[in-house]
Amino acid sequence: MEAIEILFTASLWAAAIRIASPLIFGTLGELICERAGVLNLGIEGIMTAGAFSGWLAVYMGADLWFGVAVAAIVGATLGLLHGVLVVPLGLSQHVTGIGVTLLATSLCYYFYRLAFPEVTSPPKIDPFQPWPVPVLSEIPVLGPALFQQTPLTYLAFVMVVLVAWFLERTPLGLAVRTVGENPAAAEAQGINVTWVRIGAVMAGSALMGIGGSFITLSAFNSFFFDMMNGRGWICIALVVFGAWRPGKALLGAVLFGAFDAYQLRLQQLAGAVVPYQFFLMLPFVLSILALIFMSRRVAYPRALMVPYRKGER
Amino acid sequence: MRLEPRQSRPLLLVFLLPALALLTAGVICALLVMLSGASPFQVFGLMIKGALGSQFAFLETLTRATPLIFTGLAVAVAFRAKLWNIGAEAQLYIGAVMTVVLGTGLLPLPWPALIPVLMFSAALGGALVLAVPTFLKTRFGVDEVVTTLLLNFIVLLFVSMLLEGPLKDPMGLGWPQSKKVVADAQLPKLVQGKRLHAGFVIAILAAMLVWVFDRRAALGYEMRAVGYNSKAAAFAGIPVNPVLAKTALLSGGLAGLAGWSEVSGLKGNLTLDLSPGFGYTGIVVAMLALLHPLGVVVAAIFVAAVFVGADAMSRSAGVPSYIAHVMVALSLLCMVTAIMFTRYRVRWT
Repeated sequence: MEAIEILFTASLWAAAIRIASPLIFGTLGELICERAGVLNLGIEGIMTAGAFSGWLAVYMGADLWFGVAVAAIVGATLGLLHGVLVVPLGLSQHVTGIGVTLLATSLCYYFYRLAFPEVTSPPKIDPFQPWPVPVLSEIPVLGPALFQQTPLTYLAFVMVVLVAWFLERTPLGLAVRTVGENPAAAEAQGINVTWVRIGAVMAGSALMGIGGSFITLSAFNSFFFDMMNGRGWICIALVVFGAWRPGKALLGAVLFGAFDAYQLRLQQLAGAVVPYQFFLMLPFVLSILALIFMSRRVAYPRALMVPYRKGER
Repeated sequence: MRLEPRQSRPLLLVFLLPALALLTAGVICALLVMLSGASPFQVFGLMIKGALGSQFAFLETLTRATPLIFTGLAVAVAFRAKLWNIGAEAQLYIGAVMTVVLGTGLLPLPWPALIPVLMFSAALGGALVLAVPTFLKTRFGVDEVVTTLLLNFIVLLFVSMLLEGPLKDPMGLGWPQSKKVVADAQLPKLVQGKRLHAGFVIAILAAMLVWVFDRRAALGYEMRAVGYNSKAAAFAGIPVNPVLAKTALLSGGLAGLAGWSEVSGLKGNLTLDLSPGFGYTGIVVAMLALLHPLGVVVAAIFVAAVFVGADAMSRSAGVPSYIAHVMVALSLLCMVTAIMFTRYRVRWT
């Protein structure tokens, strides 16, 4: 009975939105890359780099928003690396993406150890505090869940609208979609496929970087090794689940967040009977089930993972 | 700028470009080392000394290379058929689980029977772990990259559950570790008093077998054909999905053997830190080897030398040993770029 009552508590949904926030950024970022035809498996490493660089900037005295900007720039730079390797050079997107993840992660760990050679407890910063929205935050249940979050969470929701508007309503968004569906047709229209794809990967990677920075600047206040814990890979599953649409991706991320928050609470409830690892496994199992469930009904970008070389058919 | 396929591949280029790739990775790492205030020459010197400078160092490098040969082969076999197996880590752990489940006293067999049984079970365990994502790929069209990646996390949590539950060693002072495998399940050491074990020889044999299989067996040819162009392969009458399934069994099995060899040859029991990412590093090993089974042996020893050397260097020079991970990741990216340039030439327009 208690297990069902939890579902109607404001704290569950507040936690769901909080857990979903980095995933929303990451999923939107991956979505932009994939709509332009580029799979970005660098996401796990790029989110780690965003988490680390944003946190390090704030630790060294920068403003929190400056930290977010640093995370975005670092993300975009790694996106540029991935973009150059897979777009004009046409390298395998799988292998390059894994390589970018390995490189970004190991660079973070290297610089972390370089900056803090002998720390036993990780150094802390003052993270973003919740910003209750006047009036709206007073609504029962919905208020605490949606309108007592930290500013980055609000930014995540704004980004969903912005990305949807950009992809569906602007000429540049159309260009991004065209190079992801039919690059030859885009070329014929005078669109530079290479630059649009690289630009999309950079923009998407910047969002991934911001998503990573949410972990260290808003959810926690320090940087740990392995703290990304597969969130990037879950974002890739969420893109498929959301059928490459920002709105549905948001829905997927929030559902995922709710599920994750729910399993954390069930863990406290049934922890004595069922091993805690079982609950930690559920989000990953859920992602795989979602992929199977969605696999038959999605229309993925036609040119996804197909390198485009001028004059080659 | 555009890329054109080369008509011929000059032999000089085929050797020069990969060498240049590794040099580039080295130069970038040297710059990173300089950030720490140390001299790159001294650091690289210490790394080479720590990896190859003494009998102890060299044997340690070969010991570290053993699981990497298995996971590198696993990835190479799969990638040749364009089956993107990023889950060698999970397959390794299930191989290790099978080894400790059957090897800690359940089977009262003498070593000539027990060791093959454990090898087979570990390979079967690993194979089944990869069979699931492969089935989802062939049956439902689910991308195996994401499912194999997610399975790594699921399996690691599963192992953690086992180690705090049914597989926990009651004498382990509360640590989440399994019991040690029985003496008959343990592999002999190759050098008295050192850590290098017979698993290394078996890894080399596995590489040779995979190579012969790749060259001589019809299935080896079919795997490459599926990887090169699955539509054309299907048109030529090759049963693409069954070939992918067999590739998965072979690849997962090889990764499972990595877990078996680490438990039976080196650690003796299963812990959650059995593999510091051998599955992921296997991807780098396979790519550095250009997916060639014998090249995997060389690449695994190279990568192991970087890791072992960095550990030794870090102790004396104080540069974080993560520089090894950076170097390995950079080698991967530089190498795939170099290989591309052996196949394509740049035309400036």
